[in-house]
Amino acid sequence: MMGRLLSRGMFAGIFAALLAFLFARAFGESQVNLSIAYEAHQAALAHEAPEPEMVSRAVQATWGLLTAMVMYGAAYGGLFAVLFGVVYGRVSRLPARSLALWLAAACFVVTVLVPDLKYPPNPPAIGLPETISLRTASYFTMLGLSFCSAVIGLLVARQTSGRLGAWNAGLAGVAIFIVLTAGLSSFLPNINEVPSNFPASVLWRFREASIGMQLVLWASLGLVYGPMAERVLEVSPRRP
Amino acid sequence: MTTTTLHPISAAAPIPLKALVPWAILGTLLFAMLLYFVGAEQGATSLVSGHMVHEFVHDGRHLLGFPCH
Repeated sequence: MMGRLLSRGMFAGIFAALLAFLFARAFGESQVNLSIAYEAHQAALAHEAPEPEMVSRAVQATWGLLTAMVMYGAAYGGLFAVLFGVVYGRVSRLPARSLALWLAAACFVVTVLVPDLKYPPNPPAIGLPETISLRTASYFTMLGLSFCSAVIGLLVARQTSGRLGAWNAGLAGVAIFIVLTAGLSSFLPNINEVPSNFPASVLWRFREASIGMQLVLWASLGLVYGPMAERVLEVSPRRP
Repeated sequence: MTTTTLHPISAAAPIPLKALVPWAILGTLLFAMLLYFVGAEQGATSLVSGHMVHEFVHDGRHLLGFPCH
């Protein structure tokens, strides 16, 4: 049963990634191109030779982007299915369809929104090559902290729901998640490598596109996976 | 007189842990592997030499919010 849930999760993730890819093509790529134009302009002003193109921009913006999105969708689709299998009937009594949507919303907050508050997504031309190790380590640490805080919040909500009631226990869990992520992330380094003359509107639009694309991905993953899981887990008595 | 059988609306029954664990391990491993290649390979760390992987997934890496360059 769990095997079927996992494979369906990965399929739903790939489907969601295709929709997110279309969104990225429509809203993200234009900002990436503007950012690369800025980078080229700065290089020309400094009389630097343009970087050699190992993979053409056309390939990066189509097949490369598609491949990255599909891999990302399959990865998170699989993890989502595992979480769904753990939570279903154990932590939550919700039916499959509504649980999938709630879980997807929670995953969006935990894996996208909270890490992005500390380390917002940046277009090309932002980010010094010499700090890539620090930035990668900090980003993945933040992602891990966010996930661990969510698990702790969930466990506290479960433990206290008998005494506080489901509503108050839920609020307590959310409060613990916020306090933990805010508190722990303050120990991670602050990184600001945006050049002082980088166009603010490009940066803002790029970040909008990045978060919007993730919203498309998680919303469609939740909506598509629910009915799939329902067919695996809940044989409807109304339809013999 | 007809008899009506009432089906209880099935309450969500949890998946037994024994059935869940092997798949959870597989799913988590696949997740880690895929995410590593999209998000970090040939950036901070490198398993495959060169820059082709990084350059190929370049746009996705930026738009998905991973640190790049």
